[in-house]
Amino acid sequence: MASLKDTDKQKRSPYTVDRGVPGGFEGETVTRRRLFEGGALAVGGLASAAFGLPALGFALGPLFSDPSPRRLRDVGAEAEFNDQTYIPRVITIAPDSGEAGKTTIYVRKRSQQDTDRLDQPYIVISTRCAHLGCPVRHVQASERFICPCHGGIYDRYGKVAGGPPVRPLDRFETVVQGGRVLVGDRFSLNSKLERFSTRDPSNHVDGLWQYIYPPRPTT
Amino acid sequence: MKLFGRKRNTAGTAGTANGSPTADNGTPTNGAPSGGSTITGRHVQGNGANGKQHPTIDRSGLKRGVAEVPISVAGWLDERTGASPAMRVFLYRKVPKGVSWWQTLGSATMFAFVSQAVTGVFLAMYYIPSSTEAYESTVYLTNEVFAGQLVRGMHRWGASVMVILIFLHMARTFFFGAYKYPREINWIIGVVLLVLTLAMGLTGYLLPFDQRSYWATIVAVNINASAPILGPYLADFLRGGAEFGATTIPRFYAIHMLLVPGLIAALIGAHLYLVAKLGITAPPWLKAEKSRALSREEI
Repeated sequence: MASLKDTDKQKRSPYTVDRGVPGGFEGETVTRRRLFEGGALAVGGLASAAFGLPALGFALGPLFSDPSPRRLRDVGAEAEFNDQTYIPRVITIAPDSGEAGKTTIYVRKRSQQDTDRLDQPYIVISTRCAHLGCPVRHVQASERFICPCHGGIYDRYGKVAGGPPVRPLDRFETVVQGGRVLVGDRFSLNSKLERFSTRDPSNHVDGLWQYIYPPRPTT
Repeated sequence: MKLFGRKRNTAGTAGTANGSPTADNGTPTNGAPSGGSTITGRHVQGNGANGKQHPTIDRSGLKRGVAEVPISVAGWLDERTGASPAMRVFLYRKVPKGVSWWQTLGSATMFAFVSQAVTGVFLAMYYIPSSTEAYESTVYLTNEVFAGQLVRGMHRWGASVMVILIFLHMARTFFFGAYKYPREINWIIGVVLLVLTLAMGLTGYLLPFDQRSYWATIVAVNINASAPILGPYLADFLRGGAEFGATTIPRFYAIHMLLVPGLIAALIGAHLYLVAKLGITAPPWLKAEKSRALSREEI
């Protein structure tokens, strides 16, 4: 038993000579073989990282940068809009992608009935359904926004009136300059029509649910 | 003489594929007329010494020599690569009794994948992955290019066929209990292949870029966005930004034709290796046939 303990102690010695490694010399703690193994692995890892990390950053970069500059789009003169009916307009939200980059918006002047505290002179409703992003249309007769995909229904303020959507319809910032109505960026709202940064459809912004859908750097 | 004899013997080994070493140094071992092999024929012609014994073989020597070319090419390759034993291990495996058409579903799925890969390569020759030109190029390759409708149709319907086949293959594996020890890893690889196949369906669906493609992909990306914490980031990754824009189609195209097919091909290789290594599961209704003597032997 004592001899076994001795060999164990010998194995645990930091010096290769003590451990009986062939070719070991006085004062050596790491064998040349192990040093070269580690060195080859390190060089290989470095080489892999040299092309892997840039490629990964290339693919993931859009997650952390907002490529679209803040911009205003002219959608018409103030006289074209009123505070009762929504007037549809088409704006470009994704440049350089042709028809696919355009979206319909509904524009209405702010009225006495609008009780939100958003401080926007115009109500500009995004047609991107808050359920999964299908295009809602406004039905004047029922004063509802209706989504064709899964039956989401919103009232005239964009609040959910029925179906699967998790939050009201998004809106766009508006500015009036020289009698023209200018439309800025999209923002999201919770069920009390309080402003949030833009979220993807399907992301909750109410109650505890909002904490599992963090705001993104892109918006 | 020595070299000549070795060449012949190499060809003989590959041709008969029995792996047993034939006689060395040009010794005519199968010179008997009953042998009648092409090797003997050539050998006799070249050797001359034995030609008197078999004069009839000389007439067709050239013809037989030509017939021998594939065999000697195969032998040449086999000597340098060792492909023949590997192929023998893979193709001439023992299979249990009761193996039926059910066990062909995996091969059928792989054939569907190969078909998708081949038709996809030809579609890629005309398709333009850009949000302004994708639809036009799809219309062009469908209606203007010779057989374009056929090739696109094969790719489009083949996608559904592959998904159906992979599910049938999985159902067979499940109901036959072929996922159990020692084949768990192969089941896991198979599940990854299933997910990758569905990812192919998802990314390929966008590429024609008509109204259906566009809105279906919007919905699909937003379903991804509904996953907690990472969902919004995943959606940003798929779109290449916060909005569905100019970067989205190239992204889907790269995933569809480079990333996922490469992974699928590699994993099919691993899948097949494990099938060959572990063998095929006997159908569950088959009882083991054991003699009493064998049972005793096993104990």
